[in-house]
Amino acid sequence: MIPTPHVDWFALAPELVLLGASALALLGAVLLPRESRREYGALMAALGFAGAFVYAIVIYVHSPDAHGVVADAVRRDRFGAMSQAIVAGSGLLAVGVSYAERMRDEHIAEYYSLLAAAGAGMCFLVTANNLMTLFLGLEWFSIALYILCAIDRELEGSLEAGLKYLIIGGFGSAVLLFGSALVYGATGELAFERIAGAISAQSLTDDAMLVAGLAMLIAGLGFKASAAPFHMWTPDVYEGAPTPVTAFMSAATKVVALVLTLRVLVTAFPQEAHLWTVALAAIACASLAIGNLAALVQSRVKRLLAYSSISHAGFMLIAISADSPLGGRALLYYLVPYAAMSVGAFAVVAARERELAAPVTLDDLAGMGWERPLLGISMGIFMFGFAGLPPTGGFVGKLYVFSAAYRHGWTWLVIVGVAATAVGLYYYLAVIRAMYMRPSAELQLGRAAAPVAGGSPPRDGWLQTSVALALGVTVGSFFAVQPLIDVARHAAASLPF
Amino acid sequence: MGWLTTAMILLPVGGALLVWLIPWDSFTAGAIALLVALAEVGLWIESLIRFDFGRGGLQLDQKTSWFSDLDVSYHVGLYGFSLWLVGLTVVVMAAAIAYAFWAGRSGSRAYFGLMLLLTGAVVGVFAAQDLLLFYVFWEAMLLPLYVLIGVWGGAGRLGATIKFVIYTMAGSLLMLAAVIVLGLSQGTFDLAAAWQSSSDWLFLGFVAAFAVKAPLFPFHGWLPDAYRESPPEVAAVLSGVVSKAAIYGFIRIAIAKFPEPTRDFRTVILVLAAIGLVYGSLLAFRAPDLRGVIAYSSLAQLGLITFGVFAVNDLGLDGAVLQMVNHGLISAALFLLAGGIERRAATGEFARLGGFARGRPMLATLLMTTGVIALAVPGSSAFAGEFAILAGVFRVGWGYALVGAIAIVLAAMYTLRLISAVLHERPGPSVTPEALDLRPAELGVLVPLVACLLALSVWPAAITERSFTNDRAGNDVRAQFEASR
Repeated sequence: MIPTPHVDWFALAPELVLLGASALALLGAVLLPRESRREYGALMAALGFAGAFVYAIVIYVHSPDAHGVVADAVRRDRFGAMSQAIVAGSGLLAVGVSYAERMRDEHIAEYYSLLAAAGAGMCFLVTANNLMTLFLGLEWFSIALYILCAIDRELEGSLEAGLKYLIIGGFGSAVLLFGSALVYGATGELAFERIAGAISAQSLTDDAMLVAGLAMLIAGLGFKASAAPFHMWTPDVYEGAPTPVTAFMSAATKVVALVLTLRVLVTAFPQEAHLWTVALAAIACASLAIGNLAALVQSRVKRLLAYSSISHAGFMLIAISADSPLGGRALLYYLVPYAAMSVGAFAVVAARERELAAPVTLDDLAGMGWERPLLGISMGIFMFGFAGLPPTGGFVGKLYVFSAAYRHGWTWLVIVGVAATAVGLYYYLAVIRAMYMRPSAELQLGRAAAPVAGGSPPRDGWLQTSVALALGVTVGSFFAVQPLIDVARHAAASLPF
Repeated sequence: MGWLTTAMILLPVGGALLVWLIPWDSFTAGAIALLVALAEVGLWIESLIRFDFGRGGLQLDQKTSWFSDLDVSYHVGLYGFSLWLVGLTVVVMAAAIAYAFWAGRSGSRAYFGLMLLLTGAVVGVFAAQDLLLFYVFWEAMLLPLYVLIGVWGGAGRLGATIKFVIYTMAGSLLMLAAVIVLGLSQGTFDLAAAWQSSSDWLFLGFVAAFAVKAPLFPFHGWLPDAYRESPPEVAAVLSGVVSKAAIYGFIRIAIAKFPEPTRDFRTVILVLAAIGLVYGSLLAFRAPDLRGVIAYSSLAQLGLITFGVFAVNDLGLDGAVLQMVNHGLISAALFLLAGGIERRAATGEFARLGGFARGRPMLATLLMTTGVIALAVPGSSAFAGEFAILAGVFRVGWGYALVGAIAIVLAAMYTLRLISAVLHERPGPSVTPEALDLRPAELGVLVPLVACLLALSVWPAAITERSFTNDRAGNDVRAQFEASR
């Protein structure tokens, strides 16, 4: 008989709730009549994400002492719980955005099922405590996302996006797996703390195999976080995927990839900090440069936001590279408004796409601020937030990131970050300029035949609710810094800095 | 009594939300904005009464922790000289909102909300006693301006806003880097705490932001376009109030917190101010249109005020504060008058204007009075301010005083040229007999501004004797001056 480890089911509750929601949604795809699948699927996914959110908070409250569960494969701590809450929150908003999308009924229940499954994988990944669970969680949510990207077969570029993501994502996973194998080969251990223990016990700090494995791990996670130079897939996939999927990916995938990067590096490789801090700082600089400069010349809003997300990966990597509790706090704080702004901004793009029945370019935004006041103002605030201007959490997030870099002794990194912010302003303000300062009469659609019905499209209320919630988080995180930072401090304290 | 300062910041912000969130018709939106702006003036008068000028130091202050791990707090309060600048702000903003209410603006809820937000942000800049809070209000001041110019501006507004944003944001972000490094290296972001820094780089970071916003030569590239393309009342606010925030920053942060770098860079800044003064005056003399003259004269006047500030002595600083208020009122009145003239003639070009005085006594009187005060005729408040500045800067070097005196002669030239080109000479092709004299509503906006100027002409000591006396900021500044002599 194989001995089974004790399972702390409560620690796995967010994943389990989401898996259950996914299964129920999938059952609906078979058992329910076609016309009710959309409502049912969306409801299941929403309940799943809401349940995961609540459980993540309960776990946060009840896990002041970090410890491994399920034979140490998974770690139950506040760091993971806070990340799960961010993922679940962005998932919930993404459901609202998806519900408003003009999607065919054919695979609608499967869509929500996959969304919940991806969320479950992400919630699992952020608690991963050894190289096996890391890879398992990563593939779990990636496979769900590959399908989600390609699910809308009628959408131009959707299949291409799915295929591109599959191939490049698969390559990234392979690199990660190879890196894990090298680390295992060097240390003989899988669990993160034991790797750290083996490195110090066998004084492997300069071991070539270990360092190569570490580099490949960072590269593999860099693919998921879409940090330059591993970012090539990002603009194409973000552009081609259905916009609600992009909204979810840009927020949640980045959260889990960056959070996990911090966890792995701090827990498993503290002795290599002299290497990975520098490597991450270099990746951060590359991401800031490439993301911001490429975004300058984009005319399609989704591509612009994709490059902007690359540059934000750069900002957050600065926080990780500081290798300090302040850096951890900065990352966790930054992720909250960032996730809200990402979902919100893509939601506004989705709304505009529906109105125009065409991909949205900057010119297509002309006059939108006046026609749709809530969406326009929200988009404006999201852009301010991305640009790091008050009154948004984006400003405080950047402040913390720069503070972490400064405390680490890297004033030059602060200056790089500020320069990148300056460049970013140009294209973020271009979005506002397009929305408010150009009359809609300038709008040259040339697509009069497109089915553009007047008035507010059906189910628009949920999209607007999602956008309003994202707006609330973006602005609220500016005023309520102290409570959020306290939460982030306790979360970061569960890592062994 | 700290609630009074907070109320002056929050009242307009609350007013903005009120205007935005409820679908008022455009008249009600404008009326609400005007009422809030007038209530703001009332709050300021209340704080003027409660302010103890004999005591000096930070008053009406309030401090609440914002986030403690970096020691950032919501800390607001007023010094004597900042109280006067807040007064300038609320008066000019009330006039600007009243003018816009009368002139009518499309999308009025958005417009008046932004104007109110701008009011709160500028008051916040003058009241903030925390570096990060200062930066937040500083940015909050730029964003409404960006939209106000970009949406309601003239034909060339897009180009003007891009220039405006690039210049000001480049400056602000340098300041952000300086704020972060300074706050973290001091361990606190509190401005009222007793610390000073000797870092040249941080000093230059702050100076960059302030020099762009003021503007100082050679950072004035955004100025002519922004002033020409804005709606007149926004131009009035931009040159009357927002530029003063930069000078305030020079006094409150650059000089008070960086005594050694101030000493090292004083000559450079004074020389730049001198160049701006003469260059701005010459450009104003050559400008072909009303707004051009006012815009470049603004550049010149801010050069003069910078003289007073970087003289870093009692006379210079007192004169600078008085002149800030003077120039704020003068340029606001002039821009609003220019707006009125442009409404009547559909152009601001001198070649097409002239003869406005005939049959329009109110317009002629107000433009003449403002112009005469602007050119610092003896007995006017501007004379008092400029005299104090020149006397102050004379102690630093007679050359600066000489340049300043020459510039005052140039100011007389460009102001008289403006007056004669608009009011006198033969009627221009765009001036028709149908163009009416100022309407009662316009008088209601302009007469209080000019009345403030006349009152200050009678009693300039109201400001000069109540800005720095026994004041901690003044002591900081003065102690620094004693050391540098």
